[in-house]
Amino acid sequence: MTVDTLPYTTFYKAKKGIISWLFTLDHKRVALLYLYSIITFFLVGASLGILMRLELFHPGKDIVEPHTYNQIFTLHGVIMIFLFIIPSIPAVFGNFFLPLLLGTDDVAFPRLNLFSFWLYAIGALFALGTLVFGDGPADTGWTFYAPYSVRTGTNVTMSVVAAFVLGFSSILTGLNFIVTIHRLRTPGMGFNQMPLFAWSLYATSWIQLLATPVIGITLLMIVAERVFGVGLFDPSIGGDPVLYQHMFWIYSHPAVYIMALPAMGIVSEIIPTFAQRTIFGYKAIAYSSMAIAFIGYFVWGHHMFTSGMSGPAAYIFSILTFLVAIPTSIKVFNWIATLYKGSINIDTPLLFALAFIFNFLIGGLTGLVNGALAADIHLHDTYFVVGHLHYVMFGGTGFAFFGALHYWFPKIWGKMYNKKVANTAFATLLIGFNILYFPMIILGIMGMPRRYYDYLPEFTFWNQVSTVGSWITVSSLIVLIVNLFVAARKGKKAPDNPWGGITLEWQTKSPPPLENFDKMPKIPEGGPYNYPNAKSSN
Amino acid sequence: MYASNFVEGVDFSLYFILAISVFFLVGITAVMIYFLFRYSKKRNPVATNIEGSWTLEIIWTVVPTILVLLMFWYGWVGYRPMLTAPDDAMEIQAVGQMWKWTFNYDNGKSSDTLVIPIDKPIKLNLVSKDVLHSLYIPAFRLKQDVVPGKDFSMWFIGQKLGRYDILCAEYCGQLHSYMLSSVTVVENDKFNTWLAEKQDNSNEHPGLTLMKKNACFSCHTTDGSRLVGPSFKGVVGRSETIIVDGKEKTITVDADFIKHKLQNPLSSNVKGFQSGLMPKLPLSDDEISHIIDYVSTIK
Ligand code: HEM
Ligand SMILES: [Cu+2]
Repeated sequence: MTVDTLPYTTFYKAKKGIISWLFTLDHKRVALLYLYSIITFFLVGASLGILMRLELFHPGKDIVEPHTYNQIFTLHGVIMIFLFIIPSIPAVFGNFFLPLLLGTDDVAFPRLNLFSFWLYAIGALFALGTLVFGDGPADTGWTFYAPYSVRTGTNVTMSVVAAFVLGFSSILTGLNFIVTIHRLRTPGMGFNQMPLFAWSLYATSWIQLLATPVIGITLLMIVAERVFGVGLFDPSIGGDPVLYQHMFWIYSHPAVYIMALPAMGIVSEIIPTFAQRTIFGYKAIAYSSMAIAFIGYFVWGHHMFTSGMSGPAAYIFSILTFLVAIPTSIKVFNWIATLYKGSINIDTPLLFALAFIFNFLIGGLTGLVNGALAADIHLHDTYFVVGHLHYVMFGGTGFAFFGALHYWFPKIWGKMYNKKVANTAFATLLIGFNILYFPMIILGIMGMPRRYYDYLPEFTFWNQVSTVGSWITVSSLIVLIVNLFVAARKGKKAPDNPWGGITLEWQTKSPPPLENFDKMPKIPEGGPYNYPNAKSSN
Repeated sequence: MYASNFVEGVDFSLYFILAISVFFLVGITAVMIYFLFRYSKKRNPVATNIEGSWTLEIIWTVVPTILVLLMFWYGWVGYRPMLTAPDDAMEIQAVGQMWKWTFNYDNGKSSDTLVIPIDKPIKLNLVSKDVLHSLYIPAFRLKQDVVPGKDFSMWFIGQKLGRYDILCAEYCGQLHSYMLSSVTVVENDKFNTWLAEKQDNSNEHPGLTLMKKNACFSCHTTDGSRLVGPSFKGVVGRSETIIVDGKEKTITVDADFIKHKLQNPLSSNVKGFQSGLMPKLPLSDDEISHIIDYVSTIK
């Protein structure tokens, strides 16, 4: 590997000024626009989370009124789902690295890509607009269940329009990636030579494209009902509230895989790089993504086992839900097997990837509990679900997001962060995270419902433990982000390939030039993770 | 003895999965950490490229498949009996409304809390007067959504004497977490005495009876403190700023205003309070005047 020391123009310097950023057609700059916005919203969402945890420190009132609490968890959910977790990995790392991983110079439709960022920005303005306009942010929960969402005086219409616009942003990103993957792979790279992150984005994109329109129309139906009094979901004007739940989850369950699959893709990149060996079971991992995306369409009913579902429907939704666990566990076993006979560098990105596996296992296994009919009747809509969803979204996807950030940081900024600080932040985050959410699983089994402003005295102890965990979590997050922020400005210069990776992004300079590669990247022979220095197994 | 006839099935399904989960969580994490040290760069300077193994892929597809099918099965077995109540079950109507449960018995008795005889199948016919609620009895491991416009029901047998919490598990607005009640399981003859006790409302103002029945007090206090809506204390004769069609207007609360508000609850709302929440109650003119009469006495 030769390190090119000739001066060149990075994509940062290619053009100057704020306008060159806001109207950029460069996928890397679009990715960074997303990154800064998404981190900002993540911090806003986390602050709302802290407020909730403070309120729940004692039974009774601590800091806010019930109505405010209800608005806080709704806004927290809306921000975390639509502004943070759904766009997070695809819009940031997908945009930045998909073209690099495929050895090409941009996504298929750069203008559409910019447009989808703009839609994201407009959607975000609507979501925040509820703070200023109308009777305050919605107090319905992020699920906007009818008929309450039709009747409440809060600004549901604006929140729902926000989610609608953000849905379009997500659809366009998906469309762009599908075409990019089909059309722009560098010559000689077939589907089976693609890095696994590209595979996972491919599966994700299909869900974005096919499922998101359903939520779009559902949310518009809410608006039609609130504004024009069309009876769709509210029984007092002839609607059906259970219909709403079906329509909502037909999107929102597959959306869980929009959150999870890209994270699995990240882990599939990080582990071989740090084990310095080929990934175990490339095809099993690649195709299991497609299987998860496919089966994931047919399991939405498991959110509705207590909504008066018939026996046969419950039976079928439950069994399909369990089937999703199979491709998921295949992935976990293959990741672990990839460590076997590796030559492992224990570094920050790998720690995040392994913590992903641990947290995601808890998230997935608690998901099995919710998939089982009898257990779910008890645990549905309790804190068990709140614990489960944070283990999947935050412990899983959130950790993968931060893993990706530490993995590709030197590529994006050409600098290296302070690893000691990064590892400390990682360790305290992992501990704090588990102190924050594991008590919720216990509270759920004890029978504490979710979306509760106040609770019975027997739930006090675990609520207090959880709140203490939230302080550790947020302090660690601040250290983690400040460390990276400082490094981006004054970190030591990083080599082009600090981790010894062999996927194509490591063959260009850090930060990459405007058009990504000065010379055609070379595809590694025998697959994307076939490390030349490793022994072959036979 | 379990508190209800469903506890055993639910808990088995839950702890069966949790046990398998703990096994895999601990096992996988341990192997992961072992590999991390055993194959660290120091101990193993040169990696080996292993592409995969179809044998292993098959093993770790088949084993989880068997396990999840078992998990599914126990979930189904614990759940199936919840679907159909026995024919001899005693039927009670359970009404959910923002933010109060009411239980109506066949003999006309109505109560804020549920009282049931031990060892007898009980079927609750669930009615919602407004939005979604969910009747949840954690000790019985049972919940069922209460959906306006749908005739859902749930059934169970209380098997252990005692008092257990009833919670609302489906978010229903401002005071969702205060929508509490309880179920008391008593001996059969105690139950019969309780059921036969007449509710003595004869000394009570008929307006008050109506207001209790319609859950007015879950939003309005009588002591001047603020809840979801303005307090009834001194309300008649008070001047209030109300919002009608987006415009503010100052009025003095009188009988006509209260009557209008009861008949068209969403036509206006008092400034500073959340709009859209007051339900339209099916009240006759007579009943309305009883209510107005009583409200005027709250000073
Ligand atoms: C500092 C970090 C966080 C804290 C302290 C926190 C805390 C909480 C709490 C206490 C609730 C339950 C509210 C209730 O049911 O009454 C909640 C709900 C929720 N959280 Fe978080 N959370 C955090 C981060 C996240 C992240 C990273 C995500 C997603 C990526 C997320 C997504 C959600 C969602 C979707 C809900 C459900 C909201 C609803 O019920 O409508 N949270 N969070
Ligand atoms: Cu309720």
